[in-house]
Amino acid sequence: MQTVDLSKSTLRELNHALHHIKDGSNETAWEVINPKGSHSVAVGVDAPVTVDVHGSVGYYCGGMNSEATITVHGSAGPGVGENMMSGAIFVKGDASQYAGATGRGGLLVIEGNASSRCGISMKGINIVVHGNIGHMSAFMAQSGNLVVLGDAGDALGDSIYEAKLFVRGKVKSLGADCVKKKMHPKHIERLQKLLDAAGVKDVKPEEFTRYGSARTLYNFNIDNADAY
Amino acid sequence: MCGIVGLFLKDKSMEPQLGALLSEMLVSMTDRGPDSAGIAIYGASDGKHSKITIQSAAPDNDFAGLEKELSDKIGVTVSLLAKSTHAVIEVPSAKLEAARAAFAELRPNVRIMGAGDAIEIYKEVGLPADVVERFALAKMTGTHGIGHTRMATESAVTTLGAHPFSTGPDECLVHNGSLSNHNNLRRELKRDGMTFETENDTEVAAAYLSNKMAHGMNLGQALEAGLSDLDGFFTFVVGTKDGFGVVRDPIACKPAVLAETDRYVAFGSEYRALANLPGIEDAKIWEPEPSKVYFWEH
Repeated sequence: MQTVDLSKSTLRELNHALHHIKDGSNETAWEVINPKGSHSVAVGVDAPVTVDVHGSVGYYCGGMNSEATITVHGSAGPGVGENMMSGAIFVKGDASQYAGATGRGGLLVIEGNASSRCGISMKGINIVVHGNIGHMSAFMAQSGNLVVLGDAGDALGDSIYEAKLFVRGKVKSLGADCVKKKMHPKHIERLQKLLDAAGVKDVKPEEFTRYGSARTLYNFNIDNADAY
Repeated sequence: MCGIVGLFLKDKSMEPQLGALLSEMLVSMTDRGPDSAGIAIYGASDGKHSKITIQSAAPDNDFAGLEKELSDKIGVTVSLLAKSTHAVIEVPSAKLEAARAAFAELRPNVRIMGAGDAIEIYKEVGLPADVVERFALAKMTGTHGIGHTRMATESAVTTLGAHPFSTGPDECLVHNGSLSNHNNLRRELKRDGMTFETENDTEVAAAYLSNKMAHGMNLGQALEAGLSDLDGFFTFVVGTKDGFGVVRDPIACKPAVLAETDRYVAFGSEYRALANLPGIEDAKIWEPEPSKVYFWEH
């Protein structure tokens, strides 16, 4: 186990070490202590290692992550897992705004609540939130899945493309062009896999409602030409 | 960007530490606002005296002899405690308005930062650590306080453009964000008799709240009204003699974290500002909801 104490080492030293793990290295288990809300903890890791962060982090933890499994034993500030490519990030506490923004792949699990703009412009990432999510979540979400065990705030899925949203609780309001959709067997199957991957037990996929794009904003409507 | 910190003590035994805790929180927000910094701190009030915090660009000249001149002018003994470019003057509460008026004649270049029974305000351009040092903020005691680190967007980097802004007795406000309808609101408030020291958008928000309270609203109602009348981005933290409030605009993109324990309520633009508070491991920590007024009172 490699331990980095952020009260003694700089953030640059931590991230430099994580960026220079050689193929086949035995240094596959990392632990970060005393993060105290530091920004950019374990950003840009590109190796199949585990990173356990003990405490709460600030902005952009695990951004651009590839292959690594990062666990935050605390809460995360804005932009956790922003543009992650693959691997997994688990946040044991809450996450602030735009968790998983623009994420292209991998799995982001938030065991507490996520704030506003969760999954904004997501492009392939899977996000599972055990609690609630805030307003404007999945805004312009392009692909991937957003699973919410609790409630969603205002304007869910505004201007959404082809991402799939599954909400178990109430949705305060839907954004433009986002509509409720039927759950088909393939969705149940997909959702069960995501719940399993996120370690969610005692919750059935049938308890969720699916939301997605009505696809009315995809093409310019010639009848609106006079408005421009 | 900008950084906000606030600490409202429930446990009286922490009062001697208020300045030290708040100073550390303020310095932790330096990279959110290295232009200038300020702090409003609410100390003990004996119910008989009020305090006026004044500021001067030439404190050696302006503060010399002021104690005696002011005492003679208003006919009661006042005391003056100078700290760098600022000074706190204590006057019998009944003479507060007379003292305020006397400055215009005795020291026309002196600016009044704030006044009230409990409030003291210190703000200057420069790094937060330097501002803390200059005013010996870490030694201050009190019941609650609010601090701000500024990265200017709407108006010049000057002492008067720094936060907190105080536009009413024992009232102060700090702001992270920018308002888009401040010019229009300023005109309306001027028509209603409010006066302004700067072109700053935050001063308009502070004056707006003071104006609503002068018309009979309590702080909570004034903040609710502000949600519909103030256009722009804002996370506000406000202080009154006994209270401490937080409100965010409906979009809520300016960050905010609240923490509460049996001993205190703390606000930070980021968790970093709260990370070293005593007992933070067991605090209830959450992000304030958009368009929701939070308020605590002693």
